[in-house]
Amino acid sequence: MSLTRDDVLDIARLARLAITPAEMPGLSDSLPKILTFVEQLSAAQTADVEPMAHPLDGQSQRLRSDTVSETDAHELYQQNAARVEASLYLVPKVIE
Amino acid sequence: MHTLTLAGISAGIKARRFSSVEVTQHFLGRIERLNPALNAFITVTADQALAQAAAADQAVAAGKGGPLTGVPIAHKDIFCTDGVLTTCASKMLSNFVSPYDATVVRKLKEAGVVMLGKTNMDEFAMGSSNETSWYGPVKNPWDLSRVPGGSSGGSAAAVAARIAPAATGTDTGGSIRQPAALTALTGIKPTYGRVSRYGMIAYASSLDQGGVLTLNAEDAALLLGAMSGFDERDSTSVDLAVPDYTATLNQPLKGVKVGILKEFFGKGLEATTESLVRDALEVYERLGATLVEVSLPNLPLSVPTYYVVAPAECSSNLSRFDGVRFGYSCAEPKDLLDLYTRSRGEGFGAEVKRRIMTGTYVLSAGYYDAYYIKAQKVRQLISDDFKRAFAQVDLLVGPTAPTTAFELGAKVDDPITMYLNDIYTIGANLAGLPAMSIPCGFVEGLPVGLQLIGPHFAEAKLLNAAHQYQQQTEWHTRIPAGYA
Repeated sequence: MSLTRDDVLDIARLARLAITPAEMPGLSDSLPKILTFVEQLSAAQTADVEPMAHPLDGQSQRLRSDTVSETDAHELYQQNAARVEASLYLVPKVIE
Repeated sequence: MHTLTLAGISAGIKARRFSSVEVTQHFLGRIERLNPALNAFITVTADQALAQAAAADQAVAAGKGGPLTGVPIAHKDIFCTDGVLTTCASKMLSNFVSPYDATVVRKLKEAGVVMLGKTNMDEFAMGSSNETSWYGPVKNPWDLSRVPGGSSGGSAAAVAARIAPAATGTDTGGSIRQPAALTALTGIKPTYGRVSRYGMIAYASSLDQGGVLTLNAEDAALLLGAMSGFDERDSTSVDLAVPDYTATLNQPLKGVKVGILKEFFGKGLEATTESLVRDALEVYERLGATLVEVSLPNLPLSVPTYYVVAPAECSSNLSRFDGVRFGYSCAEPKDLLDLYTRSRGEGFGAEVKRRIMTGTYVLSAGYYDAYYIKAQKVRQLISDDFKRAFAQVDLLVGPTAPTTAFELGAKVDDPITMYLNDIYTIGANLAGLPAMSIPCGFVEGLPVGLQLIGPHFAEAKLLNAAHQYQQQTEWHTRIPAGYA
């Protein structure tokens, strides 16, 4: 298992991570090692096995009624945002 | 006062030998004096703690105290705490003041527990040595040149150094049990779904589970009981009554079948650790338990399974950090993509990025079946192995970690070696099983942990077995030099 520099940059692009040149050697070295390590799974006999969906048997996702349970606290929540104006989160211009 | 257990502190407050304010001040003083060398805390909430303690003293005076009223503890900095910095040991959340309490925090507040502060940890709980924290590594009080384990390393160091009498932790692949083993503490990770994950910052949601690090099994029973239970705000929370874990601690172990996990005694296990674990098995035999060797043939695949499933879930969970709504945001983004990628690139540390990228890769088109689906199938095989074992035995026993605490920096450059620290603990997470670690001896002054694993919802049996062992041994009462 090996990954080219472009492979690593492509994974970073999918993950929305900016990678600095200084980080490249570490990632190019460790990611293939991890992927090689997990490849030992391919030896396991799993032909008739269903992939596990939940750690507890017979548990299914609980449903709840679609009712309002929260009150509006946007001012409190937006105190943690870097850029807010008129109760709106600001991001760089998307449409010219 | 600082060598007392939670039960001892509670009894002292009730008998008016000391007040909650006095106990809280005592621990705050120790934190101030001893924490700088340990780096166990990220935030100390002294004012809030003293206010909570004063309120607890009033409640006790009015005859309204419960078993945990006025008792101080520390919370791992992964639990959201209303109005208090909640960082998950990441630069990404180094400015995040949580607007709400995690259910665990709320429940303990309601039980009258006093919060001393927030403990250091591996960044986003990704690590086994507490060296990935943006706030710097935590030192092991048994030897300051060694790691305390991770990811709940700050909680472990704080309790082992008696600068907090107990602490919360979380365990995704061993993050409560391994640090408990490396610091001579009692640590329990309950069944998946037993403790609410609401407000517990997510790493790998099908594996994450909250629990506690304490001085003994009795304290673990007290604290775990208070934080467990159904929560409609966590969709995987299980609606099942929580038994009084303290009520069954004294049950005799006569006739209990204890399985010795064959796969846990292979290569990689230090001989000195193995010998102490075997001594502990003899104690169980003396207590009337029957020992049976059991084999879980797929268990050796648990680490590679984990390193597909956990990164996959982490890459999805951590996509919420976008530099927009909360958390670190890069300076002067030139466009939206730059805002996302640079905020994440600058805000996350190396190990977190490595896991996000591993997860992104195994979930990506063309690789999903070969890695992710395959891992979920092997996970089912491992879970079935446990099920077969628990048809034969009541508990499984083995070592918690393959070695004692290692030197700081010894494994940071080699992720695979670091990942293999959790070789004995990950299986329980994959199968959603309750598991705990208790001290079972020392090698050259460094603690060794014994791991107990039970079937789903067998926390009471685990705590009972741990308590009975602790009635016969004194390992859990030892205090590192300089902290007595």
